Amino acid sequence: MEVGRSIPRVDAADKVTGRAKYTDDLCPRPVLEAKILHSTIANGWVKSMDISAAQALPGVVKVLTCFDVPDLQYPTPGHPWSVEKAHQDVSDRKLLSRRVRIYGDDIAAVVAEDEVTAQRALELIRVEYEEYPVMLEPEQAMAPGAVAIHDEHPDNILAKMDLRTPITDPRYENVEQVLEDETLCQFRGHYETQQVQHCHIENPVSFAWMEGGRIHVVTSTQIPHIVRRVIGQALGIGWGGVRVIKPYIGGGFGNKQEVLYEPLNAWLTTQVGGRCVRLDVSREETFRNTRSRHPISFDVAAAVDKQGRLMARSCTAISNQGGYASHGNAIVANAVTGFRQLYPDQVGHHSTAYTVYTNRPAPGAMRGYGIPQCNFAAECMMEDIALKFGFDPIQLRLKNIMPLGYVDPFNGITCHSTGLRECILKGAETIGWEALRAQYKNQTGPVRRGVGMACFSYKTGVYPISLETASARMVLNQDGTVGLQLGATEIGQGGDTVFCQMAAESIGIPTEDIHIISFQDTDTAPFDTGAYASRQTYVTGKAIQKVGAQFRQKLLDYAAELFPEAEGLTIARRFVTDGAGEKLLSLADLATTAFYSLEHSVHITAEDTNHCKENTFAFGCCFAQVEVDIPVGKVKVLRLINVHDSGRLINPALAAAQVHGGMSMGMGYALTEEMKLDPKTGKLLNGNLLDYKMPTAMDHPDLTALFVETEDPSGPFGNKALGEPPAIPVAPAIRNAVLNATGVAVNTLPLSAQKLVEEFTKGGLIGHV
Amino acid sequence: MMEILRCTVNNKPVELGIDPRESLADTLRQRLGLTSVKKGCEVGECGACTVLVDGVAIDSCIYLSVWAQGKTILTVEGLQNENGELTPLQKAFVEEAAVQCGFCTPGIIMSAVEIVGSGKLYTRDELRKLISGHLCRCTGYENILNAVERAVNEAHKFVGEKE
Repeated sequence: MEVGRSIPRVDAADKVTGRAKYTDDLCPRPVLEAKILHSTIANGWVKSMDISAAQALPGVVKVLTCFDVPDLQYPTPGHPWSVEKAHQDVSDRKLLSRRVRIYGDDIAAVVAEDEVTAQRALELIRVEYEEYPVMLEPEQAMAPGAVAIHDEHPDNILAKMDLRTPITDPRYENVEQVLEDETLCQFRGHYETQQVQHCHIENPVSFAWMEGGRIHVVTSTQIPHIVRRVIGQALGIGWGGVRVIKPYIGGGFGNKQEVLYEPLNAWLTTQVGGRCVRLDVSREETFRNTRSRHPISFDVAAAVDKQGRLMARSCTAISNQGGYASHGNAIVANAVTGFRQLYPDQVGHHSTAYTVYTNRPAPGAMRGYGIPQCNFAAECMMEDIALKFGFDPIQLRLKNIMPLGYVDPFNGITCHSTGLRECILKGAETIGWEALRAQYKNQTGPVRRGVGMACFSYKTGVYPISLETASARMVLNQDGTVGLQLGATEIGQGGDTVFCQMAAESIGIPTEDIHIISFQDTDTAPFDTGAYASRQTYVTGKAIQKVGAQFRQKLLDYAAELFPEAEGLTIARRFVTDGAGEKLLSLADLATTAFYSLEHSVHITAEDTNHCKENTFAFGCCFAQVEVDIPVGKVKVLRLINVHDSGRLINPALAAAQVHGGMSMGMGYALTEEMKLDPKTGKLLNGNLLDYKMPTAMDHPDLTALFVETEDPSGPFGNKALGEPPAIPVAPAIRNAVLNATGVAVNTLPLSAQKLVEEFTKGGLIGHV
Repeated sequence: MMEILRCTVNNKPVELGIDPRESLADTLRQRLGLTSVKKGCEVGECGACTVLVDGVAIDSCIYLSVWAQGKTILTVEGLQNENGELTPLQKAFVEEAAVQCGFCTPGIIMSAVEIVGSGKLYTRDELRKLISGHLCRCTGYENILNAVERAVNEAHKFVGEKE
């Protein structure tokens, strides 16, 4: 069995020797260097620009401004394109913008012979602005008379969604009536999440040139085929006129599920005669000018019966979209949907979601796509309900979690398998929940301990909200090994390794005999929309399984030509055997014969598309044990345990590794990470890796990743989503542990030291002793 | 403008023209093709560009190349022995699943070369502190610590100080 083996990554040796090539490693040098001029206001217009001094600087090749770019607006999110206009992404961005929407907006670009010259030229450009008030919060942008950030949306509301599930109890007409029924336990809460950044260690660099009359772009992206399409849209040229190459990438986490500076870079090369232009993006630009996680505020209400069953809930979410639509309303829509799905209400549910333009750096996709935000609201709420009405927090959850066979009333996504109950019980047992909860009752003193937990559900891929399609190609080599080529991308998660395992399993050969082409080149790689939505092991996995079966059959058909008398042919390891298990010939001999036979020469290959029309839920939970130093507001995480049901694991060691990374990201989200903006200017104050506090090795406890393996009937190998989920439940688990330790419920993220001191003071733990 | 830099890189003497404003990271990457030296911040925050200069791990993005005059520099490209085998440290990274996107990997390995080379044993918390100058977003550092700990313990058997 190749699936289920914890083999080392197929790219590990190349990565520990420095041989693995990332975008900048491949850039030819010398190369023309591009740098971008960023606005020094957050809201307004560029009235005029004086570029004469910059242009006169020796070494400057070209200065291009927002007055020069094509008058075309284009969309940037890494969604599959929709052929239906109503479902197409919002096109609200130009290559460089006269209308300034965030502090640091892209208003001009310099191409020069070296970086220093390009930087000096930027400093010589004089800009005159017309300035409007800065609006960083949705309340400001939605206020009457607020300036429209995009003319297409005069009220600054990009989109609004309102969904009500059918009411199942004839005693009520709507959810609001249930939420006012005095015979039920009623709860209301308000929770807020903050804006955070992906912090992949490789910034999204690219280089572009023209060759054969076409534009070629090498870039650090999760979605090469989508980048090709968007460059075509942004420049108003045929999509086939663009070639995108994706090498190894230094992390993405959703930020590179967005078309970032590739269209600008593609356009710049066309403006300098097709010479190669490198567009480096600094860490500071990555923070400010690429995407981040949406800050979302949640107003929630719940009605619970005396047995602890959720009868009805409502959730109103307002998502801060910043200056550009990016993924737009899709993220908050996913958030309120996820809020609803984890605990299906007995009577009904009402969700409302707004996405509002502001002058913040524009958020987009980030690991979990709205679910870490809604999960914070949902799981703080469950804890608060348990505390308020005296329910056991674990029993309350177990009573309400999504049951097997659940079908979402709107999108039809079905719970084909669930190990959530087992995950929760396993986590509780591992951390010693009962004993710790008993031990932590009635603590006094400045340093106290607590345990908390949270659970989640997460769908696998984007069907039926968007298209799910994946293609694979398998090619026989002369020695019987197999070349595997996909449009699905390795972004650090281990995709290439599990794809090889799946291909090997499908053909019936060892994983070591599969050679994957890691780089995607849109000229030659089969079509696949890329790495996002924890979709590839599921959606691309189905394509691999399908093509693997075809490829195997072709091998067997050829073997049958060579052994017409043999029966029951099959592939066992590296041989074709007959029904009796007798080895007839090696795959190497079969391959060499097929290539060079004078009777029947054929290059055995298989290629196909799998249009996936299925989805399924993955589940899991996090248990956190913390120590809180109350006077200084410091939380030390003593133990962190994630337990996941991601169906069958393709590679358990890599799965655990990926869970560790998600837990780490969730810990930063819980405690220290936040993009801080100056409310007066809209300027990002901590857009670098020193002032932005992502956790270091010293901030971590040992991380425990556990699994409850289910066999999902819809998954190609029984598997379902894993990539994003580990980051989801950590923040509410830590918040609930702090609540357990101190009795203080903190309803906004992050639980920074400053905020905790304020909350503990309000709660009477500081200054009243 | 150009100056001549003479130093030893990965056990070979090197002589080349450099811009005196140039960082060692740029010299190694662009003039010598040693692209294992990664740049994630260019201001000494992330540790991805770590190399050893005279056996000491430094951020090469904030180390001027002119400072390397006469010194000995080691990058990940210089670790493998002549028959191409991975070092025990590199093997530990592979086998402990300590590599994901791989962008921080060469830098952390170079710090670990210094740690392992000390011949000392370290507690897990000491190792956490020693690698805390490296940022990694993929791993939560868990398997990286496992790999470094394993390499430290293996090396100690051969070169360790007596306890």
